[in-house]
Amino acid sequence: MSVSPEDFRFVCAFMRDAAAIVLDAGKEYLVETRLGPVASRAGLSGIAELIREVRRDRHGSLARSVVDAMTTNETSFFRDVAPYQHLRQNVLPALINARGAERRLKIWCAAASSGQEPYSLAMLLSEHFPQLETWDLQILATDISQTMLARCRSGVYSQLEVNRGLPAALLIKYFRKNGLDWQVDERLRNRIEWREFNLVGRGWGVLPKFDLVLLRNVMIYFDLETKRGILANVRRVLRPDGYLFLGTAETTANLDDAFQPDSMHSSCFRQRAA
Amino acid sequence: MLALVVDDSAVIRTVLTRILSGLGYEVLAAAHGRDALNKLEAGARPDLVLVDWNMPEMNGYEFIRALRGDPRWRALPLMMVTTETEIDQVARALAAGANEYLMKPFTPEMVQDKLALLGLTSTQG
Ligand SMILES: C[S@@+](CC[C@H](N)C(=O)[O-])C[C@H]1O[C@@H](n2cnc3c(N)ncnc32)[C@H](O)[C@@H]1O
Repeated sequence: MSVSPEDFRFVCAFMRDAAAIVLDAGKEYLVETRLGPVASRAGLSGIAELIREVRRDRHGSLARSVVDAMTTNETSFFRDVAPYQHLRQNVLPALINARGAERRLKIWCAAASSGQEPYSLAMLLSEHFPQLETWDLQILATDISQTMLARCRSGVYSQLEVNRGLPAALLIKYFRKNGLDWQVDERLRNRIEWREFNLVGRGWGVLPKFDLVLLRNVMIYFDLETKRGILANVRRVLRPDGYLFLGTAETTANLDDAFQPDSMHSSCFRQRAA
Repeated sequence: MLALVVDDSAVIRTVLTRILSGLGYEVLAAAHGRDALNKLEAGARPDLVLVDWNMPEMNGYEFIRALRGDPRWRALPLMMVTTETEIDQVARALAAGANEYLMKPFTPEMVQDKLALLGLTSTQG
């Protein structure tokens, strides 16, 4: 299925408006491989007809499916390993110490994808910081994609997915086998609050103040101005002594001077004292 | 760094050898547990062992028990790589002394991620 230049331009503009995602020229193949199946599933003749429908109703269910299909959801349990080591060895002990009096910790995974990241974090907390059981602990996990959120809530992962980065000891402790798949046990699932959230939408005002924000491997799809806007919003919802984690290849440098990298770990950022 | 790959399938031995070579390992292969123990007794000094479950002569589970029963090999990093995917099997392998468990089929990234969990390579770059 091929996409016409005009339809490609429309999809680029549509993805920009809907999710701030920038599709570069030459990414026509991405539109073709990802939207072809959406068109077939909807019983449409092809991408051209799908796009005609989306032009007619930019907020309808087909439009949502297009956003879903055009986002990249690549993720894995304990992705990159090192950030989780830094969380365990330094960040969480420091936060638990700092919040000892209020006994409250709020954590936000802002691009949860299929859930491996928030579940990794929840397992890490349960394994190494059992004292938090008696705290007021909130783990909020959000994503723009409803399809991804449904997967997150179900907690069901294929064998291939649990093979990636998940320690076997945690697999047997926190998962149950479900046919050929594996499902996160209910207690862990219930520990996480799942919500739809568009990082470029207007929902920021309702968010509480967080101690820890994971915003990993999502801003890579955005342009400079969008990244700046999101980081400015993160500053508003992150407590002054809180921590921000970006993807391993990402930085706040040249985007937001209010953040500085943690000297111990290059993908962890703190706010400079005002 | 030397990896000992223990699997009765020549195909798997070749696949794992290719993946591990790409990660900078030299690879020594054995066709079953007995063969692997003989290689260790003969002086092989691997930094890592990858072992299948179902093999003739001595299966992977028996091999792990033999290995962990010997003070010389007790701390050797070991990962089971197998088609056994029942939770009880994973638990048994870990209880016998496997440090990690990888279910077939696997990709090079999965092997690399598991080695990172064992502290043996970095997943970065
Ligand atoms: C590559 S995944 C990152 C997953 C995880 N954080 C990690 O690092 O492994 C990127 C996720 O960002 C989500 N996303 C893309 N645009 C978004 C937006 N505007 N608002 C919220 N989430 C968005 C996608 O749906 C996708 O699940």
